[in-house]
Amino acid sequence: MSDDTVDETVEDAVEETVPEIHGCPVVDSNGQAVLHVPRDRYLDVVKTLADDGYAMCVDLTAVDGLELPGRRLPAGVTPERFEVVVNLLDIRNRRRLRLRVQVPEDDAVLPTLFDVHPGTEAMEREVFDMFGVAFADHPDLTRILMPEDWVGHPLRKDYDVGRIPVQFKEANT
Amino acid sequence: MSEATVDAATIDEEPTDREPTDFYERSVAGTDEGDQQLRPRSEQTAKELMREVGSVLRMSEAEAAMLGELPDDPDDDQTMIINMGPQHPSTHGVLRLMLELQGETVLRCKPIIGYLHTGMEKTGEQLTFAQGGTNVTRMDYLSPLANELVFSMATEKLLGIDGDIPDRAVWIRMLLAEMNRMSSHLLFMATNGMDLGAVSMMIYGWREREEVLRFFQEVTGLRMNHNYIRPGGLAADLPPGWRDGVLRILDMLPERLDEYDILMTGQPIWRERLQGVGVITPQEALALGATGPILRSTGVEWDLRRDQPYLHYDEMDFDIVVGSYGDAFDRYAIRLAEIRESMRIVRQILDRMPTGDYRIQDKKVTPPPRARIDESMEALIHHFKIFTEGFKVPEGEVYVGIESPRGEIGCYIVSDGSANPYRMHMRDPSFVNIQCLPHMMRGGLVADAVAVISSVDPVLGGVDR
Repeated sequence: MSDDTVDETVEDAVEETVPEIHGCPVVDSNGQAVLHVPRDRYLDVVKTLADDGYAMCVDLTAVDGLELPGRRLPAGVTPERFEVVVNLLDIRNRRRLRLRVQVPEDDAVLPTLFDVHPGTEAMEREVFDMFGVAFADHPDLTRILMPEDWVGHPLRKDYDVGRIPVQFKEANT
Repeated sequence: MSEATVDAATIDEEPTDREPTDFYERSVAGTDEGDQQLRPRSEQTAKELMREVGSVLRMSEAEAAMLGELPDDPDDDQTMIINMGPQHPSTHGVLRLMLELQGETVLRCKPIIGYLHTGMEKTGEQLTFAQGGTNVTRMDYLSPLANELVFSMATEKLLGIDGDIPDRAVWIRMLLAEMNRMSSHLLFMATNGMDLGAVSMMIYGWREREEVLRFFQEVTGLRMNHNYIRPGGLAADLPPGWRDGVLRILDMLPERLDEYDILMTGQPIWRERLQGVGVITPQEALALGATGPILRSTGVEWDLRRDQPYLHYDEMDFDIVVGSYGDAFDRYAIRLAEIRESMRIVRQILDRMPTGDYRIQDKKVTPPPRARIDESMEALIHHFKIFTEGFKVPEGEVYVGIESPRGEIGCYIVSDGSANPYRMHMRDPSFVNIQCLPHMMRGGLVADAVAVISSVDPVLGGVDR
């Protein structure tokens, strides 16, 4: 992939086909463009968008939708437990695009973006660490923030917040 | 004490009382497969090594293999893996690097992080939007006001009040953000000097930064972790005499920065130590998602203050400083120049600071003024409810990115319509930027590793969150 070949005609086409980009529905979320990508086309769409100018992946994170089953999604997108959110940046045209991918709980795997955007290496490891969403073909899919032998994925909604009781001095209990 | 042990035990056992689904068992089994350490060369295939190098250099694995910089002999005895950190003084906190050395040359490097992880994103889900500022301000502790600002801006966007923030609050936010950039870069000057052996610079940098922090203390009450910028505006108006505080810093700094130039910029030893060290190309920096001074050092003009303006930055007159070589010296010079640019912006802010309210008069998010509480029961209840229950934020999701001293800091919030964020994620610039370390160090000398770490200026509080 090279950054300096931005095809102007493709760009114009993209502008016109709103609310669809590369066959995926685009919605407006508080004034920001959000693209809902099906899982099987995720890698292809990111690659195509990289050729369109979205050559930088700024952020990759996930949301556990366990307690949010009725969230608003465009028609044709079924909510799944996990949602991987990718923020792409087009430096040349100064625009952003956010991708949301639904990832089912029983098969929480996505292809890695490492070969398109190597900067996602740490971010994908963080998502794996915190949510247990695996990234197929990632070069080094290990925990990044938690210790290696940690059990469970802390940012999941069914992962309880640990509490340590605080004993105040002088307390009469 | 005994209570604490019992609780810890129940936390450990907790996953077993859950209904084990196939996936859960699979992911638990998968959790300790991962060895985070840098593996010896004999255990890694050439393909894996080449993929790592090749994909960042934007070339195929075959081309990367042709670089011929790595020894072909896969034996371990040619190379040595050493640990640097997490207690090393020049790793800026608890960054741990594993370096593979051949003689004095660094072949591979792997940053290992997480030593400061305290689950702040999870904590953010337990706190209301009104309390969230106290949490996020502690992430990247050298630019607390940038953290608060981006969190507040994201919350305001969800609330739909981002256009209604009073003008004075916006200008004060800009003033503080720029002062914060100055204090953060001044600290960089100090640590960069210290790491490279210019110990007097360490003292100078801390001294100047302390002046800025003293101003923050006058304004917000605290030197760090201010929680001053809040959703809806600010915690309080600027105190009387703030203008003198700013002017004192603006008068003091130019002379001191010239001293830095004499002490460092022009010195042959300093230049020798930094020029050509830790070079990164624009393609690599973009591929790795690097932002801030690292990206600008490669010559890419990208500064969110100009390119996606927020607050009133579009009305400000300032330059974006870019480098041309992408080396450690460029990153040093850019930060030094950015202090001067920030001073320019602050001067313009002083001229244009309007009068008016310092927070939005929206009963939903703003507590009533203190005086009203004494005379009105409703105001008391209102005040009590905002501070106990917080305010509800409409359902939705939003990402806001601003330019922190270290690059793009972004806040992604998902709200389910309650008073707590459903998910609060911070895209911290340091977390992404330290991925550049392996590529900056590759092929360099181990003695330059310290200069490279220093020039990336990571804050581990932000990296690990």
